Amino acid sequence: MKPFTYERVTDPQAAVLAAASAGVPTKFISGGTNLLDLMKLEIEQPAHLVDISRLPLQRIEEIGGELRIGSQARNADVAADDRVRKRYPVLSQALLSGASAQLRNMASTGGNLVQRTRCPYFYDTTTPCNKRLPGAGCAALGGFNRIHAILGASDACIATHPSDMAVALAVLDARIELLGTGGATRSVPILDFYLLPETTPHIENVLRPGELITAVVLPPPLGKRQLYRKVRDRASYEFALVSVAVVMAMADGAVGEVRIAFGGIAHKPWRSLEAEAVLHGRPPTLASFQAAADAALARAIGRGHNDFKIDLAKRTLIATLARAAEVRS
Amino acid sequence: MPKSGSSVQRAREARPAGKAVDRTGGTVKVRFVINRKPAELTLDPRTTLLDALREHLRLSGTKKGCDHGQCGACTVLVDGRRVNACLSLAVQHAGDDITTIEGLGTPEQLHPLQAAFLTHDGFQCGYCTPGQICSAVGMLSEVRAGMPSHVTEDVGADHIALTDEEMRERMSGNLCRCSAYPNIIAAIRSVAEGGTR
Repeated sequence: MKPFTYERVTDPQAAVLAAASAGVPTKFISGGTNLLDLMKLEIEQPAHLVDISRLPLQRIEEIGGELRIGSQARNADVAADDRVRKRYPVLSQALLSGASAQLRNMASTGGNLVQRTRCPYFYDTTTPCNKRLPGAGCAALGGFNRIHAILGASDACIATHPSDMAVALAVLDARIELLGTGGATRSVPILDFYLLPETTPHIENVLRPGELITAVVLPPPLGKRQLYRKVRDRASYEFALVSVAVVMAMADGAVGEVRIAFGGIAHKPWRSLEAEAVLHGRPPTLASFQAAADAALARAIGRGHNDFKIDLAKRTLIATLARAAEVRS
Repeated sequence: MPKSGSSVQRAREARPAGKAVDRTGGTVKVRFVINRKPAELTLDPRTTLLDALREHLRLSGTKKGCDHGQCGACTVLVDGRRVNACLSLAVQHAGDDITTIEGLGTPEQLHPLQAAFLTHDGFQCGYCTPGQICSAVGMLSEVRAGMPSHVTEDVGADHIALTDEEMRERMSGNLCRCSAYPNIIAAIRSVAEGGTR
């Protein structure tokens, strides 16, 4: 691990000021479950760490019908929160499907959002990776790319975003609240937060240098038909090959408002507005679900080893929609 | 370790509300409570909680397996919650209350889970055992607090039964390469049913 200096801050304004004025490459650290791992491998090499884990941003509060989750709330605490479990069960399900209990006790909400890909070539510093070293090339393109992206990838990067939580947030229409250097705040819809790789896969989201995630805000839920389904190589403690989050309302025996997102198949949580448009107003039948799945994966491109993900994503979506339609609301 | 740069120093001065950790020659002083006793260490900030325990406090009961948060051998309890000590900087734990396997029981007075691991033969080589036991202590307290898991049918349910399936899922962060899993589950089950701790 490269040397670094460390400070702990106790107020968000101090955190952004610390990041802005450090004068050396600086990172915020909270749970450390991803950052410290990458620092050990010298993939991340901050010269200064600003510890934000004790910031007073750990609470989960109801404000005007919305639920505001502080960015320093631990993944375990969010998953266990009674309001999240009862009103936003898809978020509890997604969080509980990720990592291990120990890691969920450490990992923060904000850190979960900005965790890096688990592409093995990103981790293997003996191979080229445009995300690790812009312009170096992508070893995954011609390599063993079984876990890689089938939607929204580019010739520069076919890595996937590893978060389960973010996939649930995508169907909950969450907003990410940010505090910038100079004290400016802004709120970014989750669908605008992440970027596709294009030619700059090292830029993964719209965070500006030194900007701090302060909260994730959930608007009132759509209803109780919420499901997160994760398909992976092990039954537990493994990243998704494909995951699906669904929030669905029924109206007059047909599918009403519905939101669909995938994990494990793109550089960001992949909300499928195409599938939602196909499904809206249709009866909740397998034919409808199949049409939605075909629409969702219409532009999918396999890279060889990951070709199976196209069918797997379709089948996972169909199964999840069928279960969501059966949920008593 | 380089000393803190002047820009960092300026930043600290401009931040009355922020609380920086004392720095002396690139090291930091960390005070925490380990197994109910106060401890103070002067550490390179790069020191993980795991290395602080093993190398600085000579508490070698906590094991280093993968050192990347994948095996769970380093599991300890921080303020009663189970965490991977390898993926945590010691300086981040200033002020925390940390319990390792050495703090759970002694050979003369075993923690009920330690006794149960013996009774049920919950280990072979024993390397993962301290982590398994600390993890199980944390797991049982999570269950008492009503925490759901990935295999809980309804995450909104008010009561969750601690089935074997639930235990296996909740203990998935602790690998046992000897594969003593059935006996580990039996040991934990006996304590959960016994209602102690």
